[in-house]
Amino acid sequence: MSGAAAMQTMSPPGDAGGPRSARPVRMTPARWGLYAFLAITAAFFLLPLWVMVVTSLKTMNEIRLGAIIAPPLAPTLEAWAKAWSSACTGLACDGIRVGFWNSVKILVPSVFISILVGSMTGYALSFWRVPGANVLFTAMMIVAFIPYQVFIYPLVRVFAFIGLGQSIATIVIVHTIFGLPTMTLLFRNYFSSLPIELFKAARIDGASFYQIFFRIMMPMATPMIVVAVILQVTGIWNDFILGLVFAGRENLPMTVQLNNIVASVQGEREYNVDMAATMLTALLPLVVYFGSGRWFVRGIAAGAVKG
Amino acid sequence: MASPRMSSRASAYSALLPAFIVLAVVYIGSTVWTMWMSLTGSRMLPNNNFVGLRNYEILFSNDRWITSVHNLAFFGVLFVAISLALGFLLAVAIDQKVRSEDSWRSVYLYPYSMSFVVTGLVWQWLLNPTLGIQKLVRDMGFETFTFDWIAHAETVLYCLVIAGVWHAAGLVMAIMLAGLRGVDEDIWKAARVDGLPTWRVYASVVTPMLGASFATAGVLLSTSVVRLYDLSVAMTRGGPGIASEVPAKFVMDHLFERANISLATAAATSMLITVIAVVAPYMYWRTRVAARGRA
Amino acid sequence: MSLQSEVDIRDVSVRFGNVQVLEKLNLKIAPSEFIVLLGPSGCGKSTLLNAIAGLLDVSDGQMWIGGRNVTWEEPKDRGIAMVFQSYALYPRMSVKKNMSFGLEVAGTPRAEIEARVAEAAQMLKLTPLLERKPAALSGGQRQRVAIGRALVRKVGVYLFDEPLSNLDAQLRAELRVEIKRLHARLGATMIYVTHDQIEALTLADRIAVMQGGVIQQLAAPKDIYRRPVNRFVASFVGSPAMNFIAGRVEAGLFFHAGDYRIPLAGYAFAGAPAAGAATLGIRPEHVLAGHEAGPDAIAAKVEMVEPMGADTLIWSRLPDGASLSIRHAADAAVREGDTLPVSFPADALSVFDDTPAGARL
Repeated sequence: MSGAAAMQTMSPPGDAGGPRSARPVRMTPARWGLYAFLAITAAFFLLPLWVMVVTSLKTMNEIRLGAIIAPPLAPTLEAWAKAWSSACTGLACDGIRVGFWNSVKILVPSVFISILVGSMTGYALSFWRVPGANVLFTAMMIVAFIPYQVFIYPLVRVFAFIGLGQSIATIVIVHTIFGLPTMTLLFRNYFSSLPIELFKAARIDGASFYQIFFRIMMPMATPMIVVAVILQVTGIWNDFILGLVFAGRENLPMTVQLNNIVASVQGEREYNVDMAATMLTALLPLVVYFGSGRWFVRGIAAGAVKG
Repeated sequence: MASPRMSSRASAYSALLPAFIVLAVVYIGSTVWTMWMSLTGSRMLPNNNFVGLRNYEILFSNDRWITSVHNLAFFGVLFVAISLALGFLLAVAIDQKVRSEDSWRSVYLYPYSMSFVVTGLVWQWLLNPTLGIQKLVRDMGFETFTFDWIAHAETVLYCLVIAGVWHAAGLVMAIMLAGLRGVDEDIWKAARVDGLPTWRVYASVVTPMLGASFATAGVLLSTSVVRLYDLSVAMTRGGPGIASEVPAKFVMDHLFERANISLATAAATSMLITVIAVVAPYMYWRTRVAARGRA
Repeated sequence: MSLQSEVDIRDVSVRFGNVQVLEKLNLKIAPSEFIVLLGPSGCGKSTLLNAIAGLLDVSDGQMWIGGRNVTWEEPKDRGIAMVFQSYALYPRMSVKKNMSFGLEVAGTPRAEIEARVAEAAQMLKLTPLLERKPAALSGGQRQRVAIGRALVRKVGVYLFDEPLSNLDAQLRAELRVEIKRLHARLGATMIYVTHDQIEALTLADRIAVMQGGVIQQLAAPKDIYRRPVNRFVASFVGSPAMNFIAGRVEAGLFFHAGDYRIPLAGYAFAGAPAAGAATLGIRPEHVLAGHEAGPDAIAAKVEMVEPMGADTLIWSRLPDGASLSIRHAADAAVREGDTLPVSFPADALSVFDDTPAGARL
């Protein structure tokens, strides 16, 4: 059987009397080059993650003697334990868990409220003709590009003036404010893609503004909600500057605390603890990323629409 | 009694209320306030002593600010150019019907899911001259190998570029890949019938069609350049010396550590003007494209 | 002046994974012939066209064009050109560049390119549009550019993949005529895929009606229409569709349905007529109704009358409950509820056996 197949490969394609010709193999060198390029770039992208993981599993002694990319000889979670519960930021030595729980406290309400406000704004802008809506929308599109530094100081004063100062409530409101353009755009684009007849039919059936929103639109928008959650969870978890300014000393998020742990050198720097703390901070976004698969890409594509 | 119609409209307003408050207080109020303060003599606390453009004169004769702006321009050009090029090449490579496409894509994109603080710290560790890549290569026998860019003022910006590209090239890849996948399958068939070599189709037919993808990626990257803060803070703390200072960090330091509000707001306003100068033509182009699409 | 190539498809099979799209298909197309591949979506007609073009690999079999085995040749080397449904114009290039680009890459001399582009543009009335970008053209103009891009290749076989289906009805009719004229002028072999039976009937020298990856019938349009080989072909071609009446053939002389009989004397049976269950088919315009009806007319009950302008369509029901549509003169004074005598001329009938395929008897 396989001998016959080989024979067929041998017969030239133009051979009139010959048997059916088989598919010739194509451009292997080019394919090799392609895969080599992909592999080399993949190594560049994976190197930091690999180094981060192996370093966090080593002892300081091994780090000093061995190669940075070598796998740990005797993997130990000591650095992880120290990073979690006893690494120092300045005088306090409670580990990064403090920042972790602060981040959770910031994350949950921020994600919920920013998506609620953003989706409602997007809904109102896509189905309801309200004077000023265009101005609002254009302003949001522009603001999405403006650096935070322009807004930060006045906002600090405003929150001090209304008595919230630096607090969880403040940082939640700030995340809602700065998430508003992207969230609004995400939902507005989605709702605009729905047939307008759906909305008209609901109105003829006598549904009110909020009934249409909660009963008809939001259930249909589930895919967008997933995308929004992914965007906001990673975005808010990864935030540094807003947490630093608005959360207050007691509520600093994990990213800020991570930076403080690495910065506060007392005696020798413990790279394994640093990398364990870094890994812990990166864990949630990585889980969201690898867990959500194509949804993350969809989120980026949807978020990129603002550009 | 309000008619049902009126109540619907009132509901619509109620839903938009938060957005309108944000528009008034943040987008307009804060921006105007920041711009106004840059024209006053405010120090630790804001005041309303109008000083004209004096803060801008001080700002643009301030070494640290000038360095920050230069750094940003240098970083920005390299970062945007390399990220676009690498991201585009990766997208083209993945578009060649490669095996396990999803895995390759995940590998290139995962850094984008992580924060700049994490990115900065990991690369700081990798580029550490004593224990990082330099030591690795020296231990392999190349004892004169030098890779200590992070420790020198002339080269530290390249380190920021490496970390930045690592973080963002996957984003460009994702945007470009979406653009490539949007190209009509029949165009590829037509090109094959015409006998065009693959590279020629990319160069002459497909790449010109990706204008919108390039613009989107370019603008996203550019805005992240202007916002650059966390990466510099985490990776180099602006050092060595002021060799990797950036404008955003200048603003933050002068607001919260040096208590020089007027100088900080002058710097912030300068950043704002720069961003508007980049974004306005792009927005204009987009609305024109959208208008043409409707016509 | 122009090349004319024979196309010979020998035992071609195409599989996608486990899905068999084409199974040992044979089709021989004479030089200068206009062949239309007609069928519903998913019947394999586009797959066959793409296989001829070399845009997808055949799993088995051979493809011969112009006397050469081109089974594994690149599309550009097969002596074919192709026009796509979505036009597939290069969007950032001018009309002229769209037409000349392939030739430039192939290294054709400048003067030759100029001459060919000018000729094609003149033939397709594109000369004033040569400097425009595709975005600035109407749908009909775009498709003409796509045809022009195919023409400049000066090949023996032109492939059309549903070229008119993105156009509105009027443009479709115009371009249909233009393609027919082009074929007459070039005399090249053309293979044309469509699901539109009007296009197929008006353009083709021969139509290949496809279903389930198999050519059901390959014949001239008139034969496809008048003598469909099975119930699928009969029902797919013709609008409104052919009427089908279930019943029995009796002694090869009568078709018995319900309590009436239709004489089959004069029907050209394919083989020896045998008694048995069968289906009778007749096109609406072949039914004789009213005073045209013959002596052994059947009484049909009129249920609905649709005036169509040029003629009138009458929806009626036969005594056994079978529905019957009749195309009748526009001035017919027929109303709902009337009883209309109808008869079926034997030479216009089709009789199918009662196998699932319903082969013609």
